[in-house]
Amino acid sequence: MAALLGARRALGLCLSGRRRLSQLAELPETHQLLRQTCRDFADRELTPIAGKLDKEHTYPAKQIQQLGAMGVMAIEVPEELGGAGMDYLAYSLAMEEISRGCASTGVVVSVNNSLYIGPILKNGTEEQKKKWITPFTTGEKVGCFCLSEPGNGSDAGAASTVARQDGDEWVLNGTKAWITNSWDASAALVFATTDKKLKHKGISAFLIPMPHPGLSLGKKEDKLGIRASSTANVILEDCRIPLGNMLGPRGAGFKIAMQTLDSGRIGVAAQALGIAQASLDCAADYAHKRTAFGAPIGKLQAIQFKLADMAVAVESARLLIWKASLLRDSGKPFTKEAAMAKLAASETATFCSHQAIQVLGGMGYVADMPAERHYRDARITEIYEGTSEIQRLVIAGQVLKEYQP
Amino acid sequence: MSGRVLVGVKRVIDYAVKIRVKPDNTGVVTDGVKHSMNPFCEIAVEEAVKLKEKKFIKEVVAVSCGPQQAQETIRTALAMGADRGIHVEVTGKDYEAMGPLQVSKIMAALAKKEDAQLIILGKQAIDDDCNQTGQMTAALLDWPQGTFASEVSLEGDKVKVVREIDGGLETIRINTPAVLTADLRLNTPRYATLPNIMKAKKKKIAKVNPADLGLDMTSRLEVVRVDEPPQRLAGVKVETVEDLVSKLREQGTL
Repeated sequence: MAALLGARRALGLCLSGRRRLSQLAELPETHQLLRQTCRDFADRELTPIAGKLDKEHTYPAKQIQQLGAMGVMAIEVPEELGGAGMDYLAYSLAMEEISRGCASTGVVVSVNNSLYIGPILKNGTEEQKKKWITPFTTGEKVGCFCLSEPGNGSDAGAASTVARQDGDEWVLNGTKAWITNSWDASAALVFATTDKKLKHKGISAFLIPMPHPGLSLGKKEDKLGIRASSTANVILEDCRIPLGNMLGPRGAGFKIAMQTLDSGRIGVAAQALGIAQASLDCAADYAHKRTAFGAPIGKLQAIQFKLADMAVAVESARLLIWKASLLRDSGKPFTKEAAMAKLAASETATFCSHQAIQVLGGMGYVADMPAERHYRDARITEIYEGTSEIQRLVIAGQVLKEYQP
Repeated sequence: MSGRVLVGVKRVIDYAVKIRVKPDNTGVVTDGVKHSMNPFCEIAVEEAVKLKEKKFIKEVVAVSCGPQQAQETIRTALAMGADRGIHVEVTGKDYEAMGPLQVSKIMAALAKKEDAQLIILGKQAIDDDCNQTGQMTAALLDWPQGTFASEVSLEGDKVKVVREIDGGLETIRINTPAVLTADLRLNTPRYATLPNIMKAKKKKIAKVNPADLGLDMTSRLEVVRVDEPPQRLAGVKVETVEDLVSKLREQGTL
């Protein structure tokens, strides 16, 4: 009896969010309209140029501005600050549809929304929000997030970039690696150690405009995928910024970074989902059109099983993403669900893009079809914003906590 | 002048969908098929919203005729910038039989009720390709019409319309109130912005019945049969021009 009541209470807690999970069968009307709008945009403006953007490593400046005008570059930002004032579910839907058209454009949108604006919205003063968020809502300017270093990725607590106070300025020295949007950004959120003895509790967050004396960029990395977005080192050499450029309290940097990544991973999960969906679209379409042994290959069980597995993987990842988003929107803990969503979606992206090439056969291996680009784009989703291995540690940590005797 | 513009928006099967004829040949399959706003209606909405932004008109009212789902189409128009909507509820057999004559009667009645200064419609719908509603509406109201508009400018109480016609472009100047129909090159419809999608939720959609407007929805047309276009047959390769001519003669084409 007690167990039943306990279970019902747990279910109630889970469903008492603003939107019930049972309503997920159909999204609210506003969200349906948003999804359709983003899909139309992706179909008309992104899909036709995605191959070219990838080939020429071109930053989609015009498309980012169009997305800015639509409010997609600052979805959660309140309207008074220039954003769209919508929720995280809306953000996940937008990210999926944009990434389905072009994964590179998706990552630019994701970094600006979750990794740059997100922490400032949560931790910034009113003045900081106006200065560092509002100009970055229109698509004219984007931001970047500088946590990883050549010496540490997963080991974020071991930051070796330092910040020391010199009068009324902070002076930063060090190198940040793998920074998305670096070459196109107008501001950077940089994590540096202010008190080495405190280890990860001695890391603080700083806002640096770009360009800025003392901040330089390394060469653009020649990546396997998401090539239309720039990735490079950000090098700080006696980079001086006013004291007011610290974000949040001194020593709060690690906490800010971890909280930011918690949310950010839902955005990346949605990006991976978009890539997976695009792969499924490609494979299913081909299965209808390509004939072999006298019939469309969709009639063959080998192909059917692949499509079924892809479809299940995509839908599972989608529901995990929606659940994580709904929990976050309801103000409930969502760390475990976000990690699950990111893990599932990224592994789904690599699985689906792999299978899509298999369904397309030789055609999957050449640039005439988008399958090879999805394969290359998908791979990074298992690495950035927390590797699949880190996600497993996060999930296990939460699971073990739940079963703590 | 009221400064009010009525824009008709029609819910049609999405342009990208492959149309299938129902097995009983009475029509096409619409159940579970993706629908969206008629592309020419999108252009009409965009033009109306632009006129409002330039302060030539004060209010854009989106009108759609059909079952409950027509409200989705109106909501899209609201997200693009229309101020309010009117859903004229037409269902069942009446909806199946609804054509340009019925819609133009509705538009004419609403135009009088709302004291509209302009009616902007798409030049035609992509499902029936009728290209009649605008013209019929103008005739019922005895208003001037500027159809196939590729450029519209309001000049006091007149409208200058550049029309796309077979011979090229024709520029006319007509009095308001007037009916305009939008052609492809009139504008490029905007994507709804997220804040506008949120605001659209709060904008009002009034529901009316054709009976409330005192209208008879009986159709003068009966659809006898709907068939798919004939399958395109394979061609035949010939060696010489003489062969080509003799084959064409054989076929009766020449």
